[in-house]
Amino acid sequence: MADQTTDDVTATAAADGARIPTVIADDVHIVYRVNGGGGGKGSATAALSRILRREKGESRGVRKVHAVRGVSFTAYRGEAIGLIGTNGSGKSTLLRAIAGLLPTEKGKVYTDGQPSLLGVNAALMGDLTGERNVILGGLAMGMSREEIRERYQDIVDFSGINEKGDFITLPMRTYSSGMGARLRFAIAAAKNHDVLMIDEALATGDRKFQIRSEQRIRELRKEAGTVFLVSHSNKSIRDTCDRVLWLEKGELLMDGPTDEVLRAYEKETGR
Amino acid sequence: MTAPPSADAGLSPAELAAKYGLSVSGARPGLAEYVRQLWGRRHFILAFSQAKLTAQYSQAKLGQLWQVATPLLNAAVYFLIFGLILNAGRGMEKDIYIPFLVTGVFVFMFTQTSVMSGVRAISGNLGLVRALHFPRASLPISFALQQLQQLMFSMIVLFVIAAAFGSYPSLSWLLILPALALQFVFNVGLSLIMARLGSKTPDLAQLMPFVMRTWMYGSGVMFSIPIMLQDKPAWIADVLMYNPAAIYMDLIRFALIDGYGSEYLPSHVWLAGLLWAVLAGAAGFVYFWKAEERYGRG
Repeated sequence: MADQTTDDVTATAAADGARIPTVIADDVHIVYRVNGGGGGKGSATAALSRILRREKGESRGVRKVHAVRGVSFTAYRGEAIGLIGTNGSGKSTLLRAIAGLLPTEKGKVYTDGQPSLLGVNAALMGDLTGERNVILGGLAMGMSREEIRERYQDIVDFSGINEKGDFITLPMRTYSSGMGARLRFAIAAAKNHDVLMIDEALATGDRKFQIRSEQRIRELRKEAGTVFLVSHSNKSIRDTCDRVLWLEKGELLMDGPTDEVLRAYEKETGR
Repeated sequence: MTAPPSADAGLSPAELAAKYGLSVSGARPGLAEYVRQLWGRRHFILAFSQAKLTAQYSQAKLGQLWQVATPLLNAAVYFLIFGLILNAGRGMEKDIYIPFLVTGVFVFMFTQTSVMSGVRAISGNLGLVRALHFPRASLPISFALQQLQQLMFSMIVLFVIAAAFGSYPSLSWLLILPALALQFVFNVGLSLIMARLGSKTPDLAQLMPFVMRTWMYGSGVMFSIPIMLQDKPAWIADVLMYNPAAIYMDLIRFALIDGYGSEYLPSHVWLAGLLWAVLAGAAGFVYFWKAEERYGRG
């Protein structure tokens, strides 16, 4: 498949005309192992019999889920790549493997620098104030205390948490789901990344915030080498990406310019 | 599939990666590099432990007051059962026995809670491990640090109890600092080991309370080992007294309590404490680092 669109973008990014790869996925397979997923029944006797049967060959108590099956692609500096596919098609799993957070079963992922997932949620604690979460989240992403102090006001302003009163000093569990999502995105987007991966972050928040976050993603893309975006909103993919990977059942179905792939995808999913 | 640019056409992915200096994602760093990364995350480790400590009681009406109230209630319960009802002191004066008992309980709980949180450090924080990059040892270390801060509150209670039973603050109390430092290193090492085991076998979280309780009863938390085992062969008492939990308890009792002199302690007790700390700390760290790239799978 030819991709003229990406060529145009990368030509400006690399002055000598040669495209510099930032992420290379070489026949990546990812398998999840789920404890206690097999056997059907969740009772104690079922668990016991699973353990007893384990001696025969492959352990049966563990169920394998083959989430990504042999995906290969090369991403270049300056590209914004959208990942589409129905639920459970392995998009998020693939991102985690690129970030080096999930080990591959077979194949390799080569990256330039440290790709980071735009996901700071797990480090935040609902019992702490928004203020302390900004600091904790920033530290968890590897920012220094000075960097956080410098950007603190930007983060709070961007999230818009304080627009309706002094909410940043309240525990995060008291926030509405929209407010929480906005603060999380604001914290996560505060750092500059070499390779940035965004997983469904734009689905939350009101229209005003969505526009602001798309704006911020375009900024991040300018600073970052490469941006990956997982989204179910074809509009935000169209607005931000120039190349799209379509995953289905863990396999790479299509890889090409946004319009071409989205058209095929919309035809397939009947939209 | 995207065709590579002409200059790079025909290169295999591995060759292409080598040409542009790309590295394999999620590979384990060397030991020295790992220590350096961990040092770079020291602010996160500290902030995470403090956040966990604060979050613990933030829903309670009395709030952070529980930091002090919990150890106080603990001490009261043990005093009631072992001091008054069972009279486990066996001839030890009350002025010595009560601080002896409370010190034992607090110091042992420091190791116990560190181990227990170590078991769940990785398996209970998979979301964090799967979302962000940081040396995974940050988590068990951070949890051990949380327990150390918790112990500081217990120490306030302990000092008050010691003073109430006639052991007044003196220079020897300063010995508590090196003793706690050694115990902290030991705890970190142990929880690193438990974190790796627990990441592979989460079932350990169910099993460990029983192991820890056995360890507690065998370490002389509520009784003095040499007094209790007077008529048994000497080697049993020796083995029990040189176990790390007993060593650290005795070091702190020795520093804190006026009437608890060196006659209660095994010989070379500081050396034993140091060896346990270095052994557990180094072994735990290397053992944990060996599996660094595998944490977070399934």
